[in-house]
Amino acid sequence: MNSRQAEAVVIGASAGALEALSVILPALPVGFSLPVIVVVHVPPNKRSMLTELFQAKCQVPVREVEDKEPISAGTVFFAPPDYHLLIEVDKSLALSSDEAVLFSRPSIDVLFESAADTYGSALIGIILTGANQDGARGLKAIVEAGGLALVQSPAGAFASTMPEAAIAACPSAQVMSLDALAACLKKFGG
Amino acid sequence: MKETVAIEKIEDIEIRLLLEALYSRYHYDFRNYAMASIKRRLKQGRDQLGFASFSALQESLLHDAAMLPRILGYLTVQVSEMFRDPTYFRAIREKVVPHLRTYPSLKVWVAGCSGGEELYSLVILFREEGLEERTLFYATDINQDALRSAEAGVFAIDRVPLFTENHRNSGGKSSLSDYYHAAYGKVSFDKTLRRNVVFSDHSLVTDAVFAEMQLISCRNVLIYFDRSFQDRALGLFKDSLSRSGFLGLGAKESLRFSQHAGAFKDFIREEKIYQRRGA
Repeated sequence: MNSRQAEAVVIGASAGALEALSVILPALPVGFSLPVIVVVHVPPNKRSMLTELFQAKCQVPVREVEDKEPISAGTVFFAPPDYHLLIEVDKSLALSSDEAVLFSRPSIDVLFESAADTYGSALIGIILTGANQDGARGLKAIVEAGGLALVQSPAGAFASTMPEAAIAACPSAQVMSLDALAACLKKFGG
Repeated sequence: MKETVAIEKIEDIEIRLLLEALYSRYHYDFRNYAMASIKRRLKQGRDQLGFASFSALQESLLHDAAMLPRILGYLTVQVSEMFRDPTYFRAIREKVVPHLRTYPSLKVWVAGCSGGEELYSLVILFREEGLEERTLFYATDINQDALRSAEAGVFAIDRVPLFTENHRNSGGKSSLSDYYHAAYGKVSFDKTLRRNVVFSDHSLVTDAVFAEMQLISCRNVLIYFDRSFQDRALGLFKDSLSRSGFLGLGAKESLRFSQHAGAFKDFIREEKIYQRRGA
């Protein structure tokens, strides 16, 4: 994929997400051209603080998704607690209360599979630190649709299970440090 | 890679045709549902029912009416809980109920009631607030199985701790255990809770207004619709509400993107409780 082809970035993270995202998201420059859609495993019965937290840290707009919200470029979107987040064909954001997948709602697989369906080869999928296998299937769907798969290096991850599962499912994925991931995103959308 | 893209396109055609068949044969209209979710659910149905393709599933659906409830089971299943988002029910209790008290009789519509979690939550809340006796509740859904299970009021016992905690956090004035008895791994909610409830088959997409309501609660149902269906349903709510009647939506649902936004005003913004503007 060259930089002209990318239309969106999806990111999945679980245990250790806050630290990892704190390297990547604040590094997105003003005027970043791609939407960045993020699923973090958060507890279902609490308001998530992620949006406020990253609004304070980031140079780009950060929002928690509302149903049927249009996807705007250069914005970070967080899945709300206790809903799955999906990308519709018309490139709007849709929520669902369907059952948890791999004990997770929001589920990284659900976001990634629907995003792969909509964006095809114009999608960048990133799996970060986490202690379960969510995201591996979704990243595989992205690769199969011709998109680009990036994975945080398990050695440097707070929890290595999730990146390891993603790499096992997608041997062609590029594995790199958080700093390298941030630099890579800037190259595509900076 | 080209191959994969081609296969997915065929799948999309098949899904469109399957939904068309479902409508033509049985008059269930899912054609304007939010497609990403529908696709996911239909894939699950196809795989679990053992069909090789959506076309094969469609053939079976057209020729075998027994297939209908099974497919509907996949298309309409949703997972809710009693007093989901306790702050919503607290807001109903503390902010909406004082208005409702001024009416001699009340009608409440739980639209898309699914397994009944939201319905029982509201009936219990109304009983605690002394409004139950003057209220008629309508619980509607398009799925007959869901309606039957809502009417039965039986839930798995392992869900009850969460229900109980939610109820307490919603400002519950009684103990949830007052309303059910437990047996064989299930809890069964007291039939007196259903005294003032009408259960009915009703589609937000194809059916019309049937009564004038003071409160409509429809949480996490509209997320399954695309914008055109959402507008249809919200128009129905608008026409069903009495002047200054209340509409409660799910925590992440919004009127912002609807053509009917102007007919409502924010009543409690953070809880997605709206009030019908006077005509």
